[in-house]
Amino acid sequence: MLSLLRTFWEILKHTFRRRLTVQYPEEKPYLAPRWRGRIILSRDPDGEERCVACYLCAVACPVDCISLQATEDKNGRRYPEFFRINFSRCIFCGFCEEACPTYAIQLTPDFEMGEYKRQNLVYEKEDLLISGPGKYPGYNFWRVAGVEIGGKGKGDAEREDPPTDVRSLLP
Amino acid sequence: MATIVVDNQPYQVHPDQSLLAACLGLGLDLPYFCWHPALGSVGACRQCAVKQFRDEKDTRGRLVMACMTPVAEGIRISIDHPEAVEFRAGIIEGLMQSHPHDCPVCDEGGECHLQDMTVMTGHAYRRYEFAKRTFRNQDLGPFVAHEMNRCIQCYRCVRYYREYAGEYDLNAFSLRNQVYFGRSEDGVLESEFAGNLVEICPTGVFTDKTLKRHYTRKWDLQMAPSVCVHCGLGCNITVGERYGTIRRIVNRYNGDVNGYFLCDRGRFGYEFVNRPERIRRPLLARDGALVPLTAEEALKRLGMLLASASGMIGIGSPRASLEANFALRKLVGAGHFFAGVGEREHRLVGLGLEILRKGPARTPSLAEIEKCDAALVLGEDLTNVAPRMALALRQGTRQQPMELARQKGIADWQDDHVREVAQDERGPLVIATPNQTRLDSIATTFRGSPDDLALFGFAVARAIERSSQAPLEDSARHEQALINETARALASAKRPLVVAGISLASESMLQAAAKVAWALAKSNPQSAISLATPEANTLGLAMMEAPALESAAQTIREGSADTVIVLENNLYRRADSRLADDVLKRAKHVVVLDFLPSETTAVAELVLPAGTFGESDGTFVNNEGRAQRFLQAFVPEEPVLESWRWLARAMAASDRGEGAAWKNLDDVLGAMVSALPVFGPVRDAAPDSGYRMAGAKIPREPHRYSGRTAMLANINVNEPKPPDDPDSPLAFSMEGAPKEPPGALIPFFWSPGWNSIQATNKFQSEIAGPLKGGNPGARLIEPPSLTVPRQPADTGETTLLLRGPEPPAGVCLAVPLYHIFGSEELSSWAPAVRELVPKPYVALNPEDAQALGLAEGQIVRVAVATSSPPGQSKDGKEFSLALKLASGLASGLVGLPAGLPDFREPTMPAWVTISKAS
Ligand code: SF4
Ligand code: SF4
Ligand code: SF4
Ligand code: SF4
Ligand code: FES
Repeated sequence: MLSLLRTFWEILKHTFRRRLTVQYPEEKPYLAPRWRGRIILSRDPDGEERCVACYLCAVACPVDCISLQATEDKNGRRYPEFFRINFSRCIFCGFCEEACPTYAIQLTPDFEMGEYKRQNLVYEKEDLLISGPGKYPGYNFWRVAGVEIGGKGKGDAEREDPPTDVRSLLP
Repeated sequence: MATIVVDNQPYQVHPDQSLLAACLGLGLDLPYFCWHPALGSVGACRQCAVKQFRDEKDTRGRLVMACMTPVAEGIRISIDHPEAVEFRAGIIEGLMQSHPHDCPVCDEGGECHLQDMTVMTGHAYRRYEFAKRTFRNQDLGPFVAHEMNRCIQCYRCVRYYREYAGEYDLNAFSLRNQVYFGRSEDGVLESEFAGNLVEICPTGVFTDKTLKRHYTRKWDLQMAPSVCVHCGLGCNITVGERYGTIRRIVNRYNGDVNGYFLCDRGRFGYEFVNRPERIRRPLLARDGALVPLTAEEALKRLGMLLASASGMIGIGSPRASLEANFALRKLVGAGHFFAGVGEREHRLVGLGLEILRKGPARTPSLAEIEKCDAALVLGEDLTNVAPRMALALRQGTRQQPMELARQKGIADWQDDHVREVAQDERGPLVIATPNQTRLDSIATTFRGSPDDLALFGFAVARAIERSSQAPLEDSARHEQALINETARALASAKRPLVVAGISLASESMLQAAAKVAWALAKSNPQSAISLATPEANTLGLAMMEAPALESAAQTIREGSADTVIVLENNLYRRADSRLADDVLKRAKHVVVLDFLPSETTAVAELVLPAGTFGESDGTFVNNEGRAQRFLQAFVPEEPVLESWRWLARAMAASDRGEGAAWKNLDDVLGAMVSALPVFGPVRDAAPDSGYRMAGAKIPREPHRYSGRTAMLANINVNEPKPPDDPDSPLAFSMEGAPKEPPGALIPFFWSPGWNSIQATNKFQSEIAGPLKGGNPGARLIEPPSLTVPRQPADTGETTLLLRGPEPPAGVCLAVPLYHIFGSEELSSWAPAVRELVPKPYVALNPEDAQALGLAEGQIVRVAVATSSPPGQSKDGKEFSLALKLASGLASGLVGLPAGLPDFREPTMPAWVTISKAS
């Protein structure tokens, strides 16, 4: 009898507690910016594709769910011809983001990717590429790399001397 | 054997090597840059520093460069001593000061020796804060990309290019920290072996430009051991595939054959496999067009054809594997199988085979050619016909000067010191050819028509015989002096070598070479003879002893067969078009198995899509008679199949022969060996399909192979099971034994911490020695050694006349001129190679041209004279060609390019007339 009353009392007490249940999907939970959800490919501050198709994310991925093919534009700037993530395999570990030398691939605080058909979980570059720099504004790999691309010649990168004159013997 | 103590561990090693080589040979990890097993030591980079101690009590020791210190009995060193470790890390830090932030976009990344060594030394953090020096790049042609910023100034490129490959257009320029490696101006690298820079350079300065167009990291390639298909030398290669196309070829070390180097035709010719023109489905001729069929339809059709045929013949090919040729032979019956070459080539190769078999001079491997200290080349322009052999001969000319260094107590690997002693000295190399060759700068040359060259050979043979009785007297006549000099050089050499071949189609030249070898072998059992064969399986096909195309045409003409099956062959390249028509157009049914369209597939009734070397397993026999297995790198999209499988299925479809029951390559090999016992050793060329390592198959993919669950997800999200491989112990997978497989089965060279091709060190039983368990390949030809002196059959010639028969007035002899890029059928399909294929031309000596009033570039009419030597009945051709002045061409001769993709030259040598085009 006593225990029954105590139960009622406990329930009554809870009625005045702060509610923990969230009315998802009407109400969205707060997710930290570093939350590891749906993967995107970002753009550099100049609005160009950041990914340089280095294959590092693909090789870091423990479930091998990233595949891509590198190609180059006529100015020598490398980018992925296609870029595919099979989200039905992805475990959202974030290794790809860690491996990426250009901040191109990023995990985002979005997990709403449910599909009825598994095939729809295969994302191509069109599905992945966003229009901004994502979490890392400012960084542009090509500004620090030594290779030439259109609009950036030898010696134009950050902290580079102008190209040496091979024919000069002056110190 | 000497005992060395490394970090207090005693080891037994060979005494005649450097400490670095000894340590690497023991499997120890010691970083290095400027040393290369084929180039020796110069001690330039200071990366291989170790501590050396006087004795057990010495605790201070001193830093020495391992690559410059010879192995000595009882020497004590330490690799792990903190001072040595710190020194090596410091060196790397210095090298990395100006290194660009390029790894993600650098094609070397993931197989970079600099990356590996940086990780090995532990340098991880950049302290240098000033600006980096930069360089401009150069355009070095279609094969090699240049990115100078990445250079660490190790000098390996120029040492290889200038000193090993003997070409001088690549050099080191400028000074201090600005040393630049490149050409004096943009332009195609002149060396035919420039592609090796890609592997020689430990960084990403020189990379494969063809790979760049479909770039894939090494870790993502599915790889398999293979054999080059672009000439008869059979260099070993590693094929890398991704997404169904071949991405690149790299060298596969075989201590007996190609060692560390390939030629550019072999390295960059692979792109024929990826051509959009590839035949990918069975095709049936219907109403003048070829319509695609399914594999089942095609096999049904083929079965019907075979059942209704009143007699059929099979035509094999010197570019198809032994297995494919044998399967065809089985299908049509041994008596109906013909070699897919013309009578002339058939006779020449047959003669060559007889010479090699009879001996007593043995045919050397490429590695042995590098050790030959005197050589005579009769008729062959090796750089353009059997390129890798030219590179081997070049090393041969260093043998005698090296002897000088040896006498001074300098070890062979002390590269700088050896060169200091040798200076420009070269051992004797005599080249007798109609035109100048790329080896001329290190050779004594003799120019003439094929007959002149044969006579020269005979004269040398006689002079050698005479010299064994009395010393040769000097002669005032230039030619006689040259003959005597050649004879003397060969007779006094330790390992003399004669090289000939069939490129000038001269039997007497082969006989002359045999005579020289014979004369030498009488007094020196080390004498060797090597014959260059044009195609990957020329010798293998010859050993099947099938009659030539002419006999096939005869069979068709007589009406005893009305169906022809052609295996991987374009008959119009082999023979006169009339003869090819005789075979193909007279037959009622023509079935062709091939992978690229040709004049032959165009006249076929049924075309079956055959797999290329990357898509098939099989065996080739190289010019030395070495049977070498090549393994499939990837499974092509259906219905492309390896030729022998098509033929086995055809046998099943028509209930013919035991071939119907063949399940895998081992079955074909088994049947072949019992039908043709000469091929007995072929089964030893590689372990059979049942071979397992630690109970598992050997993976073709590195364990970091990426994208398995995404590569095909666009087609179907459910991953397919990896294909089975019934034919070999390799698996199309990344799972398997993490051990070093036997030589013939090494899919790629990789070892923990050694991602670059330098991992080869870990697979050798000693540095630059044989692979662990022996170099792959099985020799089919071992001549009996000379025990009882025998007399060679006398061929009758005896004159010392050094001019061939005078041609009729106004008529000159046309000889074929070969091109490394262009004369070979398959590589000419590769876009990069195609860029360097010359336009058809006619070559004349400048004096001859002047006498005819012709100038460079002028359009000239070349007509094949009807009175051509017997047996040369080309279709009375006439050509209008631009004149090229060739100052090296023997006077009186006309040169025409051989085998170019868009040019059908007459059968040569041929008599031609030359006139100004009106
Ligand atoms: S989050 Fe992890 S599993 Fe998903 S793609 Fe990236 S590396 Fe692969
Ligand atoms: S790691 Fe980054 S730059 Fe490299 S391929 Fe992946 S997304 Fe592109
Ligand atoms: S280009 Fe390569 S091989 Fe040549 S010096 Fe530089 S790093 Fe060494
Ligand atoms: S020498 Fe011949 S076999 Fe060797 S790589 Fe060149 S073409 Fe291929
Ligand atoms: S490898 Fe020894 S100094 Fe370069």
